[in-house]
Amino acid sequence: MPVVEIKKNIYWVGVVDWNLHNFHGYSLAPKGTTYNAFLVLDDKITLFDTVPEKFKLDLYHQIQQLIKITDINYIVVNHVEPDHSGALPFIIEKSQPEKVFCSTMGQKALLSHYHQENWPLEVVTNNDKLSLGKKTVLFMETRMLHWPDSMFSFIPEDKLLISNDAFGQNIASSFRFDDEVNLDELLFEAKHYYANIILPYSALVQKTLAEVAKQGWDIDMIAPDHGFIWRSHVKEILAAYQEFSLQKLKPKAVIVYDSMWQSTEKMAKAIAEGLQKENVSVRLMSLKTYHHSDVMGEVMDAAAVICGSPTHNNGILPLMADFLTYMKGLKPTNRIGAAFGSFGWSGEAPKIIASILEQAKFELPVEPIKVKHVPTHEDLKKCKEMGETLAKAIKQKVN
Amino acid sequence: MERWVCTICGYVYDPKKGDSDNGVAPNTKFEDVPEDWVCPVCGAPKEQFSKE
Repeated sequence: MPVVEIKKNIYWVGVVDWNLHNFHGYSLAPKGTTYNAFLVLDDKITLFDTVPEKFKLDLYHQIQQLIKITDINYIVVNHVEPDHSGALPFIIEKSQPEKVFCSTMGQKALLSHYHQENWPLEVVTNNDKLSLGKKTVLFMETRMLHWPDSMFSFIPEDKLLISNDAFGQNIASSFRFDDEVNLDELLFEAKHYYANIILPYSALVQKTLAEVAKQGWDIDMIAPDHGFIWRSHVKEILAAYQEFSLQKLKPKAVIVYDSMWQSTEKMAKAIAEGLQKENVSVRLMSLKTYHHSDVMGEVMDAAAVICGSPTHNNGILPLMADFLTYMKGLKPTNRIGAAFGSFGWSGEAPKIIASILEQAKFELPVEPIKVKHVPTHEDLKKCKEMGETLAKAIKQKVN
Repeated sequence: MERWVCTICGYVYDPKKGDSDNGVAPNTKFEDVPEDWVCPVCGAPKEQFSKE
């Protein structure tokens, strides 16, 4: 992939991972991803972030197209997660930089990842300024966005924010900029990324957006570490992050379920009908078809998550346990929840689901519903009524 | 009453506010916060906090 000059004397030198389908083992990324790294050519030649270890030679080649790797003076580590620092030991060994800049927590994380006490690490923190010659770098710690070590680097002369994982999207492409693709698709992927990676830290996103505004940083380009670089739609992605982090909800319900003999599925459809009758939009997702990360993408703007599983060995089906564990960890707030499912003899599943939703701080306006074996017309009527009641609660919450 | 900071993520425990989402009432001294309480931002245990 050719290097691209994104600003005068600032180059994208990252790699495109066309064949990635599973991001870090917990979120699907069917469109692949990119690992963005940036090289600033100034008096001090500076590399911002690297790529996974397995792509280290690609990064090496990218850098060598512009300079000799030994010309690198500085490396800035905005985020230590191995998809951005995996190639760092190799690049440090090849380039022998004067200094490697990172946050306080970055220093700890680099030492506990790579165990190299002799690296020339230098800790930077909020309001620190680093002169590269004509260009300056300002740093802002963004702890827990989304690791303790995360930080932003801002180059005021170029109005360029290098934002590590924030504002990223998992899309592999031969294009680098937001105006070279469909904006809706880009924002959809940014939302999917946010839902699966940033969501638990929404309060910190609010704080960080406020801090960026307070600093008065004049930003006309945001370069995240994954996906497209924002240059024509900076306003839109900042507004989207406002909206995501406030967890603005729509009159929408996600009905997520697993089923053995389609009884729980029949209940899911009946609940959906009740919601539709009350003009609440519904998204039905069987966990056999949809991965938990895709469900979370839909949960992002949904006011309610309605979960169904038949009772299996006195518990819930494994895919539902997987989903509930995953969703609970991502801490969606201010949501309505509900539980349902069929059973053969004991029927614990809906109560187990409801108790997990309660622990995850969902409001549960209706009692869980269970149906023995195959639902009757009367049972399905009750499910529809459950949908209608939930719809009313959803509309009350959203309006 | 002293404020305590999470050394992992920078969250500040303000005793005046407590952490009502997680069962800690306002005006609870950090010392009186239950031992199994964790940082509401990053999940770090109490011993990872230091005085501001």
